[in-house]
Amino acid sequence: MSATEHILIVIGVLFVLLNIAAGLIWVERRLLALWQDRLGPNRAGPLGIFIVLADTLKLFFKEDWIPPFADKWVFILAPAIVVGSVLLSFIVIPFAPGIVVADLNIGIIFFLAMSSFGVYSIVLGGWASNNKYALLGALRGASQMIAYEVFMGLSLMGVVMLSGSFNLADIVAAQKNLWFVVTQPVGFVIFFIAGIAETHRLPFDIPEAESELIAGYHAEYSGMKFGMFFIGEYLGITLISAMIVTLFFGGWLGPAFLPPLAWFVIKLFFFIGLFILLRASLPRPRYDQLIGYGWKIILPIVLANLLITGAVALLIRG
Amino acid sequence: MISHLRTMWLVFIHLFRKKATIEYPEEKVELHPRYRGRIVLTKDPDGGERCVGCYLCAVACPVDCIALQATEDENGRRYPDFFRINFSRCIFCGYCEEACPTYAIQLIPDFEMAEYNRQNLVFEKEDLLIDSQGKYPGYNFYRVAGLEAGVKKKGEGEHEEKPVDVHSLLP
Amino acid sequence: MSTIFIDNKQYEVKAGKNLLEACLGVGIDLPYFCWHPALGSVGACRQCAVKVFRDENDTQGRLVMSCMEGIRDGLHLSVNDKTAKAFRSQVIEWLMTNHPHDCPVCDEGGSCHLQDMTVMTGHDYRRYHFKKRTYTNQYLGPFIHHEMNRCIQCYRCVRYYHEYAGGKDLNVFAAHNHVYFGRERDGVLESPFSGNLVEVCPTGVFTDKTLREHYTRKWDLTTAPSVCHHCAVGCNTIAGERYGQLRCITNRYNSQVNGYFLCDRGRFGYEFVNSENRITQPIIRNQAVEAVDETSLLEHLRTLLTNHTVIGIGSPRASMESNIALMQLVGRENFYQGISDNEVFVERRIEEVMQSGVIKAASLQDIQHSDAIVILGEDIWNTAPVMALAVRQGVMKTAAQHALENRAIAEWHDAAVKEIVQQEKGFLANCTIGASPLDEISSSIIHKAPEDLARLGFAIAQRLNTVLPAVQLNDEMSTQAAIIAAALQKAKRPVIISGAGLYNEALIRAAFDIAAACKATATEVHLAYVMPECNSMGLAMMQASGFENAVLRASRAKNVAAIVLENDLYRNMPAQITDVFFNNCQHCIVLDSLNNATTQHADVLIPAASFAEGDGTLVNYEGRAQRFYQVFVPANKNMQESWKWLMKMRLIQSGAAIDKPCHPEEVLMMGEQLLPQLKGISTAAPRRDFRVNGQALPREPHRYSGRTAMLANLAVSEPKPKQDGDSPFTFTMEGYSGMPPSPLIPFFWSPGWNSIQAVNKYQEEPGGSLKNEHAGKLLFEYKRDATPVYFKDIPEAFVVRTDKWLLLPQYEIFGSEELSVYSKGISERSPAAYIAMSALDADQMSLVNGSLITVKIFEQLYELPVRIHANIPKGVVLMPSGLPGVPAMAWNSWVQIISIKL
Repeated sequence: MSATEHILIVIGVLFVLLNIAAGLIWVERRLLALWQDRLGPNRAGPLGIFIVLADTLKLFFKEDWIPPFADKWVFILAPAIVVGSVLLSFIVIPFAPGIVVADLNIGIIFFLAMSSFGVYSIVLGGWASNNKYALLGALRGASQMIAYEVFMGLSLMGVVMLSGSFNLADIVAAQKNLWFVVTQPVGFVIFFIAGIAETHRLPFDIPEAESELIAGYHAEYSGMKFGMFFIGEYLGITLISAMIVTLFFGGWLGPAFLPPLAWFVIKLFFFIGLFILLRASLPRPRYDQLIGYGWKIILPIVLANLLITGAVALLIRG
Repeated sequence: MISHLRTMWLVFIHLFRKKATIEYPEEKVELHPRYRGRIVLTKDPDGGERCVGCYLCAVACPVDCIALQATEDENGRRYPDFFRINFSRCIFCGYCEEACPTYAIQLIPDFEMAEYNRQNLVFEKEDLLIDSQGKYPGYNFYRVAGLEAGVKKKGEGEHEEKPVDVHSLLP
Repeated sequence: MSTIFIDNKQYEVKAGKNLLEACLGVGIDLPYFCWHPALGSVGACRQCAVKVFRDENDTQGRLVMSCMEGIRDGLHLSVNDKTAKAFRSQVIEWLMTNHPHDCPVCDEGGSCHLQDMTVMTGHDYRRYHFKKRTYTNQYLGPFIHHEMNRCIQCYRCVRYYHEYAGGKDLNVFAAHNHVYFGRERDGVLESPFSGNLVEVCPTGVFTDKTLREHYTRKWDLTTAPSVCHHCAVGCNTIAGERYGQLRCITNRYNSQVNGYFLCDRGRFGYEFVNSENRITQPIIRNQAVEAVDETSLLEHLRTLLTNHTVIGIGSPRASMESNIALMQLVGRENFYQGISDNEVFVERRIEEVMQSGVIKAASLQDIQHSDAIVILGEDIWNTAPVMALAVRQGVMKTAAQHALENRAIAEWHDAAVKEIVQQEKGFLANCTIGASPLDEISSSIIHKAPEDLARLGFAIAQRLNTVLPAVQLNDEMSTQAAIIAAALQKAKRPVIISGAGLYNEALIRAAFDIAAACKATATEVHLAYVMPECNSMGLAMMQASGFENAVLRASRAKNVAAIVLENDLYRNMPAQITDVFFNNCQHCIVLDSLNNATTQHADVLIPAASFAEGDGTLVNYEGRAQRFYQVFVPANKNMQESWKWLMKMRLIQSGAAIDKPCHPEEVLMMGEQLLPQLKGISTAAPRRDFRVNGQALPREPHRYSGRTAMLANLAVSEPKPKQDGDSPFTFTMEGYSGMPPSPLIPFFWSPGWNSIQAVNKYQEEPGGSLKNEHAGKLLFEYKRDATPVYFKDIPEAFVVRTDKWLLLPQYEIFGSEELSVYSKGISERSPAAYIAMSALDADQMSLVNGSLITVKIFEQLYELPVRIHANIPKGVVLMPSGLPGVPAMAWNSWVQIISIKL
């Protein structure tokens, strides 16, 4: 791959990702509305798609206020971390054969590292806001992320065992015959749940919980700094969906009448839609329920899954 | 788990339901007579201003957006010298209408009063006064209020006896 | 103290009170109508029923009217008893059967005792569907509006007007459920205390007609504690503002000064604040554009003040702050009082006598509790009306006390007490030049020329203390002196009242001698000297020389620039003298709030804030310094307190920058340094940084309305609230909402008590002192053991001259005071100019009432109608003082009658 091509890929991936994230504003609002028997934003532009522009403009023109009681530099740094860490994770995602920023042989490890990095933005944002609700949100965020990171990592190990590689392109290739969702259904479900928790999306949006913590760790944020958290969340959804597609649903693989990239995108949007459907339908659990659920139910299941997968893999390979 | 999936499915099929949204302004909303919209000042059956400037609407207003000054005409009939509602503050709670002892201030089913300039949302008496009795036809405060203000003489109102003859000692 | 049990809870209450007072005193809400702390109980309205039990085992009990039942030690009563509650709610339901449905157009609404009591008893639904009684109303003059339909027949109005204030023309007519409270026919209510009917009436039968012109509910007023500016008594008032206009004055209870009542001049004389005659713009005369802004004004003043000898003319109606700031600016030797030397002389003597501390100054409370009163030469009915009301109470209470001796009847038992007292009166000697409404309650009435009154005074003193030189009097006067002396000898708490009204210094000395002589026999002697204006005493305490000296100074020295502070010199001095002054001054800087003859002569005219727009301190007749507070910030920024202008002038004169604002306390502290006799004046009120629980005090009640709309016609965005750096008040409804300390009460309100009756909650006991009362600062120190130095210089007797008459002032309650006549009602009530003379003199010249006579005063001719009074001594003519159109006269001079038109 030449340097130009590489740069083109980097720029292309960045451009597409940011557009998807922004576009999700509209997608989410429209879908939520439709599931609630409403129409949603349908005024600005065709089907209301320009609500994205309007929202972005609004965020840019809002007063970018740093509270006098906040820790100024950390306060500014926190929203940058969330976007940065999620974007970095995308480096290892193989969108189609050859379309990958860096084909690392430790792709999954890199992804896990980056997603753990994201917790810093919540902790630092909540801390720097110097606000009791923000701090509570940050504490919840930290414990939730630590808990669910464990299962996320463990749930992927089955896939790694079956494919024998940490490289994501290799994992996709290993699903040529059978998607791992079939061989690793438990792994998929747990990864999906952990993914929701990692992106602190509804129903696991406990760090922000507007009805109890009035937006939690980003309560003090406004303007484009809030916008960064906002975009970070949509990027997170996209990332987790992309990972699910790559690890369990065969990535770009699909019948030949569509190009590989199209298959990837179709699968990706299916899971994004699923995320939004979750938001529309499920209520938020209590904080202690979430943590208890994680440690007491998921952890044993995921360990058992790992054990069985390992045993079966050993058996098959002899 | 199953119930969660069922919930998700049930929510999902709402995608195909008929939508409740009314696409205002192409479609108009049907407003009920007691809808709490724009505030008006009404007139009594004789065409006089119903408002007597008692300040009860102003004091009931939770956002303090009503200001007025009472004055009286040569007959002693009270009316507002000015009556101002700052609609940029109004929350259309209808407390003013509830407080009004003369049915003068009423909220009507009209909400289409948006303005580009906030200053245009400050309504004076000329903007508020309508030539109608509104929701309560037939009521004239001064007919039941006892005092004489050019509407009726002492003792000629509803439920009133003739004025007392101070010189009489008869029971 | 007695112990009583209210609903089985033990309370310690003061013995000798009635149960209603006891309940209210311990903070229990009990409805009442006919009872009033100042009027006593008659048990007419049946509203205050409670159940009284024989002992703690009695469960039956009996209903009694709590206002008619005295406290007994160990008494058990129940306020919350079912029967008592039902009884009270039935009574109010009956009262309400005829009460009209017109609260929305009733001015009492929102400060109505009847509303409060109806809510308190829980009567919320009308079950009576028959016809309501109606009445026709009467015209009662420019102050009081009458709406008889609303009457609940509590009789408070008649009891107050007739018995308390001594008015004759309000009465109760007809019978049974037709009783009518009003006059015999339409007409002006004659008593100058009629305004109190507004507060006495528990509902809206009598309402404030001046407030009606610009009606505002109590909850919408921005109010501040104020002090009346219309005479030297210094009654405490509450001034209320709305939409940048002063709207009304109500009474601010204070047990030491005015109690529950004000006079009509004080209550209705506020309209000058809203007058179109107000000075609104700084003006520098004799230049192309005369109206200037503050910067160019101060620039102009900088050159004026640095290049001239600056003299200051103080004012008896300006605050202490303003006078001190002026003295500070011009220097003590360049400060003159803006009043005549004659007046300065008399007031100097008064100040000296009070400063000596031999006799205590008489507060109005002292007067009300005195048992013998001598008024020597002051027409207090017209110069200090509320003092006259207090004198009346003193006389009535003394009679009641005499009647109740050896009788087991409580003092509050009003009807019974009246029955025993009948026509008895306490001792009052009214020694004045002319007749006064006080004559009818006086035991000794003497109307003589000032010198003769002074001689009578000295004769009384001599009879009390025989060491003093004897005075030759004729038989009649001698007998009177003996009677008065005998009464004083018996009295335990005598009060001697005199004043500066007649410009006669001998009267001051005589009054002092009587009071000093009384000290031998009485337990407590009080002395009151009525001063001409609201801050005359304060100005006198600054001990500056009179205006004539300023005239001399201006004519001798060249290059004089004079600063005239809030003073219409043409009212205090004959025009010839004032003209000389203005002609000799190179520049004249005048600060005032209203345009008048003096402001016409100003080269630089500076608008001054009125009492409602600024803070200040007044010293009343007894040397009591009281702070009045700014009620509102005028939209016009040029209207600033005179002392603020003067402090700025001082800064620019010294070349300093005007950087930080200056506050009343600082000015008063400067005054204390400059004049040691003012020591303590800066502590007259809490400091400006006074806070309760860290909160300032709101000027607006918590239900103030229209905040986001009242200025929306100008700009839809609300302006920032005005800040007040000079007082502990805010201009909003934000701040501490509990009970403020007594000098800082902006309005009386308590949950469930919206009317002025809420004052109960602010008092230690009903009718007693306010909780934590701090009624100003008395500047004269009483020295119990000081030995009196008697005055032995007795004036010659008055000798009638042929063809010449001694000209003396007659004060008019409505008209003689400068600012109150700007009120429409007051000017309507003020008489036209006249000349009053003795019937004996009139007979000689065969004059009849209304004959026009021309008098020559100081080479000026005045043609005026004659009023003939039987009581005026021979050889004296009286002219009304200070009426609009009547210039300042050379009082105490001899005038000639030039011609007579019959």
